[in-house]
Amino acid sequence: MMDDFLWRALLGGIGIAIVAGPLGCFIVWQRMAYFGDTLAHSALLGVALGFLFSLNLYASIIGTCIVIAILLVGLQQQRYLATDTSLGILAHSSLALGLVTLSFLDNIRVDLMSYLFGDLLALTQADLYWIYLGGSSILVGLLIIWRPLLATTVHEDLACVEGIKTTRIRLIFMIIVAIFVAIAMKIIGILLITSLLIIPTAAARSFAHTPEQMAWLASGLGCIAVIGGLALAWYGDTPTSPSIIVVAVVLFACSLFFTALFNSIRHVGK
Amino acid sequence: MKCRNNGYCTNISRHKNFVETIVADMRSCNDFQHVHLIMDTLQPLVQLTDIHVQFKQHVALKQVSLVVRRGEIVTLIGPNGAGKSTLVRVVVGLLSPQKGQIIRHPQLSIGYMPQRMRVDNILPMTVERFLKLTGIQTKDKIYAILEELSVTYTAKRAIQYLSGGELQRVLLARALLKAPDLLVLDEPIQGVDITGQYELYELIGQIRQQRGCGILMVSHDLHVVMAATDYVVCLNQHLCCSGHPANVSQDPAYLALFGSKAAHELAIYRHHHKHPEHPVLTKTSTGTIHDG
Repeated sequence: MMDDFLWRALLGGIGIAIVAGPLGCFIVWQRMAYFGDTLAHSALLGVALGFLFSLNLYASIIGTCIVIAILLVGLQQQRYLATDTSLGILAHSSLALGLVTLSFLDNIRVDLMSYLFGDLLALTQADLYWIYLGGSSILVGLLIIWRPLLATTVHEDLACVEGIKTTRIRLIFMIIVAIFVAIAMKIIGILLITSLLIIPTAAARSFAHTPEQMAWLASGLGCIAVIGGLALAWYGDTPTSPSIIVVAVVLFACSLFFTALFNSIRHVGK
Repeated sequence: MKCRNNGYCTNISRHKNFVETIVADMRSCNDFQHVHLIMDTLQPLVQLTDIHVQFKQHVALKQVSLVVRRGEIVTLIGPNGAGKSTLVRVVVGLLSPQKGQIIRHPQLSIGYMPQRMRVDNILPMTVERFLKLTGIQTKDKIYAILEELSVTYTAKRAIQYLSGGELQRVLLARALLKAPDLLVLDEPIQGVDITGQYELYELIGQIRQQRGCGILMVSHDLHVVMAATDYVVCLNQHLCCSGHPANVSQDPAYLALFGSKAAHELAIYRHHHKHPEHPVLTKTSTGTIHDG
């Protein structure tokens, strides 16, 4: 017999992992890992602002992430600061600002740890609705812009000359990432969101021959990581979200091992 | 063609053959609509007038004009930083100039081959999939183009592991997929070995012959390009000189820009022909070059 909260954790985790596959692929292909990280950090500011103005938390996180994303694009236009510097500035200043703002809210006790590292076992029915609503809109959105986004990823100028509205596509993609950060924060936590986007994706690379294969494989591996991580947490009494990432890393290490093995066998065969 | 200073005549001399075939075509038909169609093909595909591009304090292009017509190969040459790629970006619409006028033929479709393309290893991408990114999904069409450029064997290969020459041909295939009226090639022979370079130029010449599209390309190697082009535009922020390859190579502005080394290379180039002292070259209808 499984408890209700475990079922919700499993459903929520798998929902996020399925979405993280294709989305993580684009993050990795466009070398946007630090961009995702910055948006994740700014989510805490969104939480703080949500409490401060008593808004819906999901809506305020999505809003904050979109503003930070636009700021980031603006910062990248100038040549004064390198991209990693401006990313670092925005990531940590928004995190710090979020923490400071939260400290002003005397009347509300916020469980900071659950936002930073996630609290999969505390998912409510409403959270699940948000995850599946947000998740399915992300998948539909990605499906619609898949070809133009992929073309833009491979070569932006070429895509632009071929008639793709690359700026619009990039903007839509940023909004999609912002929605993902909002729905994934409760599951995996601000500090670990990017790892769920990147690690299953990197593990999937060795076995994929097309972009689509890589996306589905990444989703599958993400689901295995969620199930494995929950099992580890259940039987080993470890923190849930970090356990999921640990299982994902083990999968990644296995993929490296099998690739090396496969390559050496092929080498000997020749 | 003797009256080189008269604008109209210059244009005619730029496509002597082309115009000859068209005139023959016009004589053989009485259909007004057909004549109208033929006249339409004489319209410039793209016409740039007094283009001015500035990046902050740095002037990249100053009063540059350029015309590309159907069936002709126009080559941009010039030293590094001369604004060749900038001009190309203006032509394909990636960059809007601060001043100047751009007239494109209505419904002009452009095939573009960018200067550099590196697909990261993390992105699994076969050549076939890469060509499908244009939105054209039919295999027949993709394989027909690959066949035309003799790189069908690369279709299932990962694009990251192609040689320089193969990659350039695949990029050319992508530019050709949508049957463009104007083909814009930014340094098409980059990263290709010497024999491959000649083959690629020959291929570009064939594409012009078979498809009749206009071709604008950038190059900074001098003597190879001279043989493969109808019209040369020498650029150094402003328009240095332009005209028939042989005339440009004699132009004092050109010699000043490229120095004696270039002049020497061109002397070698001219040596391939019968009368090096009369280097006025024209193209015959078969496409071979001889002294005119």
